[in-house]
Amino acid sequence: MVEVAPADARRQGLWGDAWQRLKRSRAAIVAASLLLLVCALALVGPWLSPYTVEQVDWTQATLATPPSLAHGHWFGTDANGRDLFARVWVGARVSLLVALLATIVSVVIGVAWGATAGYLGGRVDGWMMRFVDVLYALPYMFFVIILTVVFGRSLVLIFLAIGAVGWLTMARIVRGQALALRSREFVEAAIALGLPPATIIARHIVPNVLGTVIVYATLTVPQVILFESFLSFLGLGVQEPLTSLGRLVAEGALEMESSPWLLLVPSTVLAIVLLCLNFLGDGLRDALDPRQRR
Amino acid sequence: MTSAPLLRVRDLGVDFSTSQGAVQAVSGVSFDVRAGECLAVVGESGSGKTQVLLACLGLLASNGTARGSALFADRELIGAGERSLNAVRGTGIGLLTQDPLSSLTPHLRIETLLTEGLLDRGLATRAAARERALQALRDVEIADPESRLRQYPHELSGGMRQRVALAAALMCGPQLLFADEPTTALDVSVQARVLELLALVRSRGVGMLLVTHDLGVVAGLADRVAVMYSGRIVETATTDELFRAPKHPYTAALLAAVPRLHGVAQSRLVGIAGDPPQPSARPPGCAFAPRCGRAVDRCSDSRPELTASAEVSPLTTAQGDSMDGRAWPITAVACHRPLQDRAEIA
Repeated sequence: MVEVAPADARRQGLWGDAWQRLKRSRAAIVAASLLLLVCALALVGPWLSPYTVEQVDWTQATLATPPSLAHGHWFGTDANGRDLFARVWVGARVSLLVALLATIVSVVIGVAWGATAGYLGGRVDGWMMRFVDVLYALPYMFFVIILTVVFGRSLVLIFLAIGAVGWLTMARIVRGQALALRSREFVEAAIALGLPPATIIARHIVPNVLGTVIVYATLTVPQVILFESFLSFLGLGVQEPLTSLGRLVAEGALEMESSPWLLLVPSTVLAIVLLCLNFLGDGLRDALDPRQRR
Repeated sequence: MTSAPLLRVRDLGVDFSTSQGAVQAVSGVSFDVRAGECLAVVGESGSGKTQVLLACLGLLASNGTARGSALFADRELIGAGERSLNAVRGTGIGLLTQDPLSSLTPHLRIETLLTEGLLDRGLATRAAARERALQALRDVEIADPESRLRQYPHELSGGMRQRVALAAALMCGPQLLFADEPTTALDVSVQARVLELLALVRSRGVGMLLVTHDLGVVAGLADRVAVMYSGRIVETATTDELFRAPKHPYTAALLAAVPRLHGVAQSRLVGIAGDPPQPSARPPGCAFAPRCGRAVDRCSDSRPELTASAEVSPLTTAQGDSMDGRAWPITAVACHRPLQDRAEIA
């Protein structure tokens, strides 16, 4: 059995190799496990609590009840008497969903745009990247506020708004990589095989940049969560009774002196998510770096 | 051989626009390649031999432009659009490059690399393409092809990679194979196997344009040779003729620089003194004149044209040279004072 194992490991190819190396990084594994736990709680957490997100608990002496196991409000209640445990996990669900979808939007557009510009090069590249530069120059906040005013506030709009701006950096990164890959011999071989540009970009270029893309995406997720928090803090984000981690932190900050748990609990969850994503991103970057290959 | 040439290159030139102005990397290159024939283009690094091949496939670097004509099966390749080039690339002309590791996309399995050309054009179903890939691997004598299909390029040895690259170049059944230094990156024992395979491919009627600086490879594989120096063909001859009686002093010097085990005993190898001229600063006369032992004043003043040797039929003129199968001269030399016979070489 021992002799068979290395041969099997060799078969796994580049992604298998990367997975092996990721498993060896303890920080990344701990981060990934914690992240999975938070995701699981975000999915099922609200149902674990005896209270719903909107339900005001009139039975307590005060509306803002400190955390206690005795009365079932494990994280306490907010200033309106709503259960914080349920609200934190619903908030985490919204934050993670926004982060995930906005990141997907930015990855899809960014990779397609960047790889096309980088591979085609020349004048096309010039125009495509100038377009990116123009969007970069637009005031981000202003852009989102206009979108919100024109289309009304909705969760979908937040995904689109954040994704629509988030792809710019991704496009620049991918474009740089594609530009370097374009002159590699295997791309030349693919051209000599008569494959059309779209196939070459999709099959020979994009998988090569995925390592960088994955790493950058894990680093984008925290940015998006923070940005959503910022939008919500300004009142442009998700609407009551729905909530997000950013909103909860913002509301908690108002009650910081009288009920500190309202700030501490959601900000701890937010911090855990962000830290874990950063650690996971670091681990992935190391695991996917070809120079790390023995 | 009277069949019409597969590839008919006439007066091909390649220019590069650089920060120092336009540079002529290749000029006035003409040759024919027929089915089942192997033409070797030899020359030292920088002589422009690879650029000839890249120009025919439209693969020049973005600052390069090609002039002249390269007809493949009545299709003009020079200046053709990507769409019509793609109709020739892979299916008409296959390309085998020097370094098999860097020419095989690292993250794709051998199966994908072999079948993508067929599948992308819809020439075969997945199952049929897979069957073709297995057969192609068997053709290049790779053992256990089924398991090789599932492997990645980095899991194969260097020689095996080059054979896989050859299989990939032949998957779409090209009539012509461009081989750019196919053995340079391989060790000697593997070189021999790759050469045998190339000879096998040629025996099946595939025309071959072989670019190399290795005269041993030329001797083993090529029917005819074109010697390039500083962007021009200076001599073209059948392989036997060229090795037996080189006419251009440069060819003779190249041959004298090759170590030999048999034949005339050489006391020592003779290098060629000096360096080839920079393409941007070629002398007005023969580019080889500054390094040539036989050069006279005329050599550095006027550039000798490629002229057919006296014993062969005279050089076909541009007007008389049509597609009716009349060949570009087999034996021609561009030199004012060609070597006349074997005695002069020493």
